[in-house]
Amino acid sequence: MPELIVSPSPHIRSDVSIEKIMYSVIIALIPTTACGIYFFGVHVLYVIITCILSALFTEYVALRLMGRKFVMDGSAVITGLLLALCLPPGLPLWMAAIGAAFAIAFAKCAFGGLGHNIFNPALIGRAFLTASWPVAMTTWTKPLTYDAITTATPLGLWKMQNIATPYINLALGNVSGCIGETSALAILIGGVFLIAKRYIDWRTPVSYIGTVAVLAFALGQDPLFHILAGSLFLGAFFMATDYVTTPITRNGRIIFGVGAGVIVVVIRLIGGYPEGVCFSILLMNAFTPLIDRHVRPRVYGVKRKRFFVSSANEGD
Amino acid sequence: MLKFRTFRGGIHPPDSKITAGKPIEKAKIPANVIILLHQHVGAPCKPLVKEGEKVKAGQKIGDSDSFVSAPVHSSISGVVKEISTQQSPIGREVQGIVIESDVRAESARMEAIDPATASKREILTRIREAGIVGLGGAAFPTSVKLSPPEGKEIDTVILNGSECEPYITADHRLMLEQPDKIVKGVGIIMNVLDVDKGFIGIEDNKKDAIKRMREAVEREGDEGIEVFSLKTKYPQGEAGSLIKTVLNRETPSGSHSYDIGVLVQNVATAKAIHDAVYEGAPLIERVVTVTGDVKEPKNLLTRIGTPFYDLIEECGGFKSDVGKIVCGGSMLGVAEFGNVPTIKSTGCILVLDREKSKTPEERACVRCGMCVDVCPTGLMPTILEKLARARRFEECMDYHILDCMECGSCAYVCPSKIPIVQLIRYGKEEIKRRE
Repeated sequence: MPELIVSPSPHIRSDVSIEKIMYSVIIALIPTTACGIYFFGVHVLYVIITCILSALFTEYVALRLMGRKFVMDGSAVITGLLLALCLPPGLPLWMAAIGAAFAIAFAKCAFGGLGHNIFNPALIGRAFLTASWPVAMTTWTKPLTYDAITTATPLGLWKMQNIATPYINLALGNVSGCIGETSALAILIGGVFLIAKRYIDWRTPVSYIGTVAVLAFALGQDPLFHILAGSLFLGAFFMATDYVTTPITRNGRIIFGVGAGVIVVVIRLIGGYPEGVCFSILLMNAFTPLIDRHVRPRVYGVKRKRFFVSSANEGD
Repeated sequence: MLKFRTFRGGIHPPDSKITAGKPIEKAKIPANVIILLHQHVGAPCKPLVKEGEKVKAGQKIGDSDSFVSAPVHSSISGVVKEISTQQSPIGREVQGIVIESDVRAESARMEAIDPATASKREILTRIREAGIVGLGGAAFPTSVKLSPPEGKEIDTVILNGSECEPYITADHRLMLEQPDKIVKGVGIIMNVLDVDKGFIGIEDNKKDAIKRMREAVEREGDEGIEVFSLKTKYPQGEAGSLIKTVLNRETPSGSHSYDIGVLVQNVATAKAIHDAVYEGAPLIERVVTVTGDVKEPKNLLTRIGTPFYDLIEECGGFKSDVGKIVCGGSMLGVAEFGNVPTIKSTGCILVLDREKSKTPEERACVRCGMCVDVCPTGLMPTILEKLARARRFEECMDYHILDCMECGSCAYVCPSKIPIVQLIRYGKEEIKRRE
């Protein structure tokens, strides 16, 4: 009689794995990465490679120090790549390396590694660099010139000089800005790919971008300019959809998107910075545990249809 | 009526119904059968025969005085070899009667009843005497289910022909080959309950079965019965999902479907009721899909109590290195330690090779929320899993852990391959143990 394996049901599993999702995200970022290299030159490629290697190395060292096994699941590659995509194209490589190392060590591994961090590591890396080297982090290169002619970003031009950049430039990407925020179209291609694969929820980008558009319009701004300019698309499709740091319920994701959208508009119109995507997502990351605690799906056969559930008196 | 109404969440696993095109074959009479005395929900039976006694096929050999129980019958003609403790396919140790075949085909039948003239009591007694239990897997005694408690008014009967589990095709074949018996069976159920609305729910991946059943309903001429095409999605066949889809009603948390006036029965149960009433046949055989990594997957009409290995042998044996033998389907079935006999609720024997049987490596939860999206009950499986692991059972109750029906959709989709259902089951067991 053969030796049989006994295990509880279910006996089949879907073929979706952490690796598959992570590498799909990397594939989805290829158009954006390619646009960045095309518009700003080969230095961008070095920045990207530096960030990824630094992220991987830091994760390896950190996990060894924690006495845990390093697993090549692609998550550190994504953190490195996403950080590179929200850096200025001409940033010195050593700064990029420090940013990625900080992102992995303090924003990810210090919280317990994959799945346990509260804030998006790439955005923490960016925030850290902005605080440490504010000049280098706001020195923008003119696209397609391949040398360091500094210029202002579309949002900077709008905020400081009230100059609007044509939509077509914003969509295709020959505007100055971070490596990954040039072409809205390239980001959209990757984002739609992930939505079609059902790896990310459309509710996050739609509610996020939608809120920015509606609020900008209501406040007398050009909504199309506000959604195409800056890093809103990159943030909405690739950072606000990060599993670990955003809500696990569909309604929670809508709240997250709306909240982040409001913060972006508030920062852009009232705050001191021309751009607010990075901080909007980080701030909403902080609200994620609260959202998850109170926004729950309605349980089958439980009549009370309250959107917000207070866990204290919910036992009956 | 909304045709494509559905329930929340759910998954679309590969359907793997490789035996869908294979007509039901009569299995060989096995050399031995093991009739377990506890095949159903409720009290176990006491043996009515002694070792060495001759029995006929269909002879009642075990019964109980309890209301919630069902008698068992010998499925072959032969001699009682021993009465001893046996392993049941659902993971329990129960008393069983081993019968050795004498190759004679002596059978004991009851007299046929005409449902048009018989009283309800007569029919209910017959259903009990025939040993009929829910054949969809729950094995709840049917005569008990058809006697709802005082004050509970049933207004609708739903016959479950969804067969949403991958691999299984036993009900599908039954609907194709004996649709009239099923429809007559529903008629009996509706008469006993004084109900004039009945639905037969079938998933739309079985278009041929929907057509056959519609034709059979037309032949029968019962205008109260409607064949309902269901969107193919697991776990459509779970009673709660089925009621939600067909009637848009929900069974309140912690109560029974008869509280909302609905009774759900499986199609094979309806066929068994037909046989018991119109032909006087006790429940001694049923269709079992033997599938997966066997050489020749088949739908077999088997005697209840046949050892699994006999049926696997009849399908050409294992195709490759066997890893798991599962009683039931790939989502809900129970993996076996060894050779066990079939029971009334065994609708499928699934063989998986060693490669498919590997337990995937568990990784950290990345909070993707896929389990929350697919949960048909609207639970948050990832939170339950974490709370159960941390033994925070009070908080599990806040998150409605007891409403989980363990369909396995969460564990199926989990990209980190966390055994979510297993952990939730652990939490439920601990909570029940402490009460």
